[in-house]
Amino acid sequence: MTHALEIRNLRKTYPNGAEALKGIDLHVAAGDFFALLGPNGAGKSTAIGIICSLINKTAGTVKVFGHDIDTDKNAAKSCIGLVPQEFNFNQFEPVIEIVINQAGFYGIPRREALERAEHYVQQLGLWDKRRGMARNLSGGMKRRLMIARALVHEPKLLILDEPTAGVDIEIRRSMWEFLERINDEGTTIILTTHYLEEAENLCRHIAIINEGQLIEHTNMQELLTKLHVESFILNLRRPLESLPPIEGYHICQVDPVTLCVDIQRDRNLNDLFAELSRHGIEVMSLRNKTNRLEELFMRLVREDDAA
Amino acid sequence: MTPQQQWVAFRTILIREILRFLRIWVQTVVPAAVTMGLYFIIFGRLIGAQLSDIHGVSYMDYIVPGIILMAIINNAYANVVSSFFMSKFAHFIEELLVSPMPNALILAGYVAGGIARGLVVGIVVSLVAMFFAPFQVHHPLALFLVVFLTAMLFSLGGFINAIYARTFDDISIIPTFVLTPLIYLGGIFYSIDMLPAFWQKVSLANPILYMINAMRYAMLGVSDIDVRLAFAIIIGFVIVLSAFSLHLLRKGVGLRH
Repeated sequence: MTHALEIRNLRKTYPNGAEALKGIDLHVAAGDFFALLGPNGAGKSTAIGIICSLINKTAGTVKVFGHDIDTDKNAAKSCIGLVPQEFNFNQFEPVIEIVINQAGFYGIPRREALERAEHYVQQLGLWDKRRGMARNLSGGMKRRLMIARALVHEPKLLILDEPTAGVDIEIRRSMWEFLERINDEGTTIILTTHYLEEAENLCRHIAIINEGQLIEHTNMQELLTKLHVESFILNLRRPLESLPPIEGYHICQVDPVTLCVDIQRDRNLNDLFAELSRHGIEVMSLRNKTNRLEELFMRLVREDDAA
Repeated sequence: MTPQQQWVAFRTILIREILRFLRIWVQTVVPAAVTMGLYFIIFGRLIGAQLSDIHGVSYMDYIVPGIILMAIINNAYANVVSSFFMSKFAHFIEELLVSPMPNALILAGYVAGGIARGLVVGIVVSLVAMFFAPFQVHHPLALFLVVFLTAMLFSLGGFINAIYARTFDDISIIPTFVLTPLIYLGGIFYSIDMLPAFWQKVSLANPILYMINAMRYAMLGVSDIDVRLAFAIIIGFVIVLSAFSLHLLRKGVGLRH
């Protein structure tokens, strides 16, 4: 089976001696929606830079849909669309021209480029701004412009490096829907993000990089089963004067009407509610204290740092 | 990429470059016309009227080819160095680096943009020159070649400068401290026959001398040096700088970590 991305023993040492990647192995199946996570400085952007030929690797191999980036570079590049972390377009060019020019760099004739550019600009909600200068767009619009630009040559693999950073929730959700749609249509997507809710909702597989090494590489469901404890915030109907002892749960009182409960994986919420009811405590609502993936991510990174 | 796709990609860079300098024509085209017009008035009309003919042509006629070529050199260089450095500085060079365009095509696109600006400014300055002296062409093919190759050569120079530049200061150092002195000492305003023997020999080490004389030969039919040697030197420099630029692109110097 041809992978969308196949990385073997990828290493990168910068001239100052910093080892950004210490030999990672990674594969992403064609059609997947894949999360590449890690703390700041873990090596995610370096890995993406190497895949897209923006950074020279020190060692290892990278194949994109079977095309080696060393021996078959241009074919590999044709398969990739990149949405980088930083804005990297000419701010003094009209929006539509940026997208059309990018198509031109891939050899797409202007008439076809114009049709495609208009399609993606419309899809990403930039139609009214298409003739304006890129510098006049808001932050969220600039990110969507970079997505339109990355898609205009219709790549088989779309790599998004923190595409929703600094984007408001409404636009973020519309971007999620758009990405899910193009993934359903067959585009493989690799996403890096610091919003772990985003990764949990969108991605089927996940890899976590810490200090240049891969510490996890699995599917999302399998990863979440590693979560031994989940924390919930409970909002109570009436203020609680003192917290009664409830066996089997670690509960702390945040304020008179709020409890924080840690629940082991082998316990269930029904038992907890039964216990609370027995003590006359009524729960109005509950929510996860943090995102599940976030808890797991923090634990894995902490364990790796300790090791 | 197929040859047709490569042509589309090349044309995309070229058109983007042309639109870029035409969009800001007040900064890119007009200044050369004004500056060179002042040279024609001050050196050609006011001072030149007091001077005798050189190689059988009036002083005004004598300086026209060099001044036109100076404008072409400066603008071809400036176009590529500023445009390419800006694309590095604002990171939109990555649009090209992630695409499947071969390095030679990226280089060709930027150099063609530099040549285009050199030609546009050369035509504008020639029109200005026509207010002061008749526009003469003795050898049309030589004129085309010297203008095209010189613009190409200095576009390549601008490209290399932009690759190494890390700050905006770095893109003005070479034009100010290297290019301008070499142009002025390249015999725009004088014949090297007017220099003492020692300085004549020193002048022969200045490559711009050969270009200006080739231009003068093409327009007026006079030259201080053998025109075949001039073309050999220009072509030699073009080949060397092209190879060096491609080497820098392949290594990713100043572009890739």
